[in-house]
Amino acid sequence: MARPFHPKVVTANHLLDGDVIYLDANEGWTRNLADAELFEDEKRAHDKLRLAARRLHEVAGVYLADAVRGKNGPEPIHFREEFRSIGPSNYPHGKREITENQA
Amino acid sequence: MYAYNDFDTDFIAARNAQFRAQVERRIDGSLTEDEFKPLRLMNGLYLQLHAYMLRVAIPYGTLDSAKMHKLADIADRWDKGYGHFTTRQNIQYNWPKLRDVPDMLDALAEVGMHAIQTSGNTIRNVTSDHFAGAAADEIADPRPIAELLRQWSTDHPEFQFLGRKFKIAVSGAENDRAVLRAHDLAVQIVRSETGEIGYRIFVGGGLGRTPMIGKVLSDFVPQADLLPYIEAVLSVYNLLGRRDNKYKARIKITVHENGLEDIRRRVEARFQTIKPSFAGADAALLKEIEQHFQPPAFLNAPTDGYAQAVQSDPVFRSWTDTNLSAHRHPDYAIVTVSIKAHGQTPGDATSAQMRVMADIARDFAHDELRISHEQNVILPHVHKSHLPEVHARLKAAGLGTANIGLISDIIACPGMDYCALATARSIPVAQQIATRFDELKLEHDIGHLQIKISGCINACGHHHVGHIGILGLDRAGVENYQITLGGDATETAAIGERAGPGFAYDEIVPAVERLVYAYLDLREGPAETFLATYRRLGAGPFRAALYPEEAEAHAA
Ligand code: SF4
Repeated sequence: MARPFHPKVVTANHLLDGDVIYLDANEGWTRNLADAELFEDEKRAHDKLRLAARRLHEVAGVYLADAVRGKNGPEPIHFREEFRSIGPSNYPHGKREITENQA
Repeated sequence: MYAYNDFDTDFIAARNAQFRAQVERRIDGSLTEDEFKPLRLMNGLYLQLHAYMLRVAIPYGTLDSAKMHKLADIADRWDKGYGHFTTRQNIQYNWPKLRDVPDMLDALAEVGMHAIQTSGNTIRNVTSDHFAGAAADEIADPRPIAELLRQWSTDHPEFQFLGRKFKIAVSGAENDRAVLRAHDLAVQIVRSETGEIGYRIFVGGGLGRTPMIGKVLSDFVPQADLLPYIEAVLSVYNLLGRRDNKYKARIKITVHENGLEDIRRRVEARFQTIKPSFAGADAALLKEIEQHFQPPAFLNAPTDGYAQAVQSDPVFRSWTDTNLSAHRHPDYAIVTVSIKAHGQTPGDATSAQMRVMADIARDFAHDELRISHEQNVILPHVHKSHLPEVHARLKAAGLGTANIGLISDIIACPGMDYCALATARSIPVAQQIATRFDELKLEHDIGHLQIKISGCINACGHHHVGHIGILGLDRAGVENYQITLGGDATETAAIGERAGPGFAYDEIVPAVERLVYAYLDLREGPAETFLATYRRLGAGPFRAALYPEEAEAHAA
């Protein structure tokens, strides 16, 4: 029996600043997980991953991360992905800085 | 303090220029990440969870005010205004941008610093006793040896591709403040019965997945033999160490699998082969290096103001009780500056704090600073008459916390707030424990108690040798914290024993609290430390406190 496939997002670190980014539906990179494209089809997820990995002058460390469809877009499953999507817990830096500035 | 000569300066400049070109080639896409990664790691640049991280070596933890000022300037100009001091006496910048890193490295080079070999399967930053050159119990300053090893190991062609990373520590005292026994190789300066100075060599210590206490490879290596002897150890390891399995590649496993006797024989044989090729060049170099580590010109002044301040100012008195250590000069003290105010991230200092410490060092501490593996900053030489002023300045900068050696003086690795390898967070656990015991106003009553926290099995937070060790794990997608008890990082080193099942994130602080209350009930008096009580009674009563339901079930 095939193992069940969890929906995925394509994620990486931005080449220049290292920030966590996700592939969106327009083949662009977004810093916001909720704006990422969620792949519910395994083959499509892997195809997108392969294509994204070729964009080596934009990103580093591309991989597929499990996610679920949430109210406002994809949401993380594992806590590691949750921390990646929101930034460190001890300072308002990185993604926390961005959200606070926007708020 | 060692000052770079032309050779050092040219070498670093050439290396930085090389790396600048490599960064450019990565950015324009001519290098892939796979090609670039080993290059950036050779220069201390990691890609972490949220950003790049630049790990800068602070050789044997020694800084002067110019270096500390430069670290502060770098934090402001290219990072977020702070730095994180690590258990390996390095400083880490958590937010550098790739394009800026070559400039950061050039700025470091201006004060004789670099990030070379702070990663990779090479000989890493050589660490040392943070009281080196000042401690009352020291036989000799270990830093000249550490500097000799730094020069020998930096870019050593034979040892750039070891089976695994290799950590060396050096100390000059019987009391071990450098965790010698948790290093791949350690050098302890000793004196023979006839008064001759030599070195005791430990090998095969290490924490991580398979924690082991280092074993004595040689009780006495004469001064003239030290460098060839260490090179012989590295040579033997380089050939014999396993390369088939990353988890079995450290020298601790090589020693374990082949036996200490076998390693000793091989080292001895290799030593005999290579010793003649050294031809005394190492001794000549050491002599030259020693010139850089002359003791400061100690002040000859009365210390009366100090005693008066102790009498009249209880805050100052409390700080002197916890944060001072015995200096070899009777009119001097060693000051440990806590960069662990309750609720702060252990080991982090803001650029403003770095500057305050640098200026105090320049004005009152013979321009010397040290970083300890316990993630604090040391002012090694402070005349006692200056202590009230030093304390006042520290306090004004949020650096006056009187908690050295106490429960809030926690070692914590970056964990899952920064580290890509982490399996759980460690920083918030440390913050919460410190805050909780500060609220309880118990920490001075509890006395000496070391908590050490790692965010994964790699044990950068030294949890195995914490009196209470905490290891953050990922258990089925949830953070889970395992407690070990009875670890010891000193000359009586011991690996802590696992207490039992782990605790959830919101259960770990209450669990530590139960442990500490149990200790307060069990101890024979305030003079009996947590570790001593644990050694007297064993794990039983502490386990009962950690797992009350189980204890009840047994009783029923
Ligand atoms: S112990 Fe693990 S989580 Fe902590 S810094 Fe080391 S590798 Fe990262």
